[in-house]
Amino acid sequence: MEKKTIVIGVIGADVHAVGNQILYHAFTDAGFNVINLGVMVSQEEFINAAIETNADAILVSSLYGQGELDCRGLREKCDEAGLEGILLYVGGNIVIGKQPFEEVEKRFKAMGFDRSFPPGTAPEVDIECLREDLHIQD
Amino acid sequence: MRPVLLIDFGSTYTKVTAVDIDSPRLLGTANSYTTVQTDINDGLADALFQLEKKTGRLDFCERYACSSAAGGLRMLASGLVPELTAEAAKTASLGAGAKVLKTYAFKLTEDDAEEIKATDPDIFLLVGGTDGGNSDCVIHNAHVLKEIGGSYPIIYAGNRNAARECERILSGREVHICENVMPKFGTLNIEPTQKQIREVFLNRIVQAKGLSKASELISGIMMPTPSAVMAAMKLLAEGTKAQKGIGDLVAVDVGGATTDIYSVCEGLPDDPRTSLRGLPEPYIKRTVEGDIGMRYSIHGIIDAAGLDRVAETAGLSPERLSEIVEMFAANTDMLPYDDETARADEALASWAVRVAVTRHAGRLEEIFGLGGLKLVQTGKNLVNVDKFIVTGGSLIHTEHTGRIASYGFYDEEEPESLKPRACDVLVDRSYIIAAMGLLSEHYPDAALTILKEELQEERAYEQSSK
Repeated sequence: MEKKTIVIGVIGADVHAVGNQILYHAFTDAGFNVINLGVMVSQEEFINAAIETNADAILVSSLYGQGELDCRGLREKCDEAGLEGILLYVGGNIVIGKQPFEEVEKRFKAMGFDRSFPPGTAPEVDIECLREDLHIQD
Repeated sequence: MRPVLLIDFGSTYTKVTAVDIDSPRLLGTANSYTTVQTDINDGLADALFQLEKKTGRLDFCERYACSSAAGGLRMLASGLVPELTAEAAKTASLGAGAKVLKTYAFKLTEDDAEEIKATDPDIFLLVGGTDGGNSDCVIHNAHVLKEIGGSYPIIYAGNRNAARECERILSGREVHICENVMPKFGTLNIEPTQKQIREVFLNRIVQAKGLSKASELISGIMMPTPSAVMAAMKLLAEGTKAQKGIGDLVAVDVGGATTDIYSVCEGLPDDPRTSLRGLPEPYIKRTVEGDIGMRYSIHGIIDAAGLDRVAETAGLSPERLSEIVEMFAANTDMLPYDDETARADEALASWAVRVAVTRHAGRLEEIFGLGGLKLVQTGKNLVNVDKFIVTGGSLIHTEHTGRIASYGFYDEEEPESLKPRACDVLVDRSYIIAAMGLLSEHYPDAALTILKEELQEERAYEQSSK
């Protein structure tokens, strides 16, 4: 079947490049067409890349604690840009301090993120979720 | 002696340049009014008459021409995202020497359709979507173009998965399918489109614009004038097998209606840790500022720079400068005639250079994050370029070219703008750059020798001493 296209990158002023690179390889090996925007990516850059490549999902990473601020409004901007219903994931150290992840997940759900992933999630978990949400069959 | 004739059919003037390719040197130049409305050969014959008055009779063994007459190569382009494929379409067209009247982004609207119909361009460049990416937009736009009708050729350089469908939608029209200008996200692939634009120009536009009558006399109209300038700048920078070039350079051409800036360099960051933002930049880049020019676009200089600042540079009161600006705008062929108008003209040229080079140059941003300071570069880094070429009437007919050029240099007060640091200024006094670009197609060594000989080095001024 046709390859699904996903856009990945590290949002905001965050420069943590290693995890994102690991995700890039893991997703590519799993058969996705991966548009890797690298680090310090703005909301607009995620959206522009998704429009131009007709992406099926946007996966946002954040590791420096400011993820909640950086991600706010991304869903609304996607709607505005004609990307209604595009799958949105977020993962990493997305909030400051130690907070129960169920609450974090709830907050990000309210912000329009279909799924949130806590620190230390293995790429396989994301891949499994993507396959489910994008209805990919072997 | 083997004389070769080089002709530039400009919008106003037909310029002729005679060179000897046996012992490469400039024999002479002359110009006359372009007569595209009647017979373009009349203006050419007159220019040749003027030339041979200076040089004596010349038996040209070859004749080549470039043209920006009859409005130049007028193009419209449409892409998807403004910063991505729409920008790529614009970059490709400008680099092919076109005059880009407008670049549309996203789906064309009814208003856009009316505007396109009224504009009736020479070529429409239709792009959008990476290969395998978005195809809705480009297909929608193909339908809009089909409905508008018209006879101008359409070059398709969008998502390859939609190419055949767009070709079918536009059946009955002259459609050229090219490789995508952005095949993969964030990559630029503009050469195939530029080659196609040039082919369409040669096969079609030259005839449509009444320039073909001239081609009986000459070995061919080879390219739009800006392409000839780009060819000359590339040659000058890179050199040939036999001769060294002068290295990375920036060139400015301040005209009456627009200001063109060319840069030949990679333009990468000085510090390898700097991250790059935005589309990759072409090694030879041309930008055109349609609102910056010495007569037709004189108000654009004032709008961009501010009346007070230009007045201060000119040493005139803002009121007096304003009067002179209005006078120049109303009389587009007026030359400065006294001290005040000369000072105004020079100040306007200085700020035209400053604004246009600033827009052409890249920018460096400092971002403070938790990881400390991070540098982000957008566009080309011209800081290390040390050759600054100057052409265009308002700059080559003044004694103060060096001082005017220095307004295009790096400024400590605006460190984020990656303009060239103090440069050698080379002035195209005999106005031969486009001609040498033409000559370089067949005689690159002769063209380079003549360029090096004719471009005159001018004293440059540091920004601080201006």
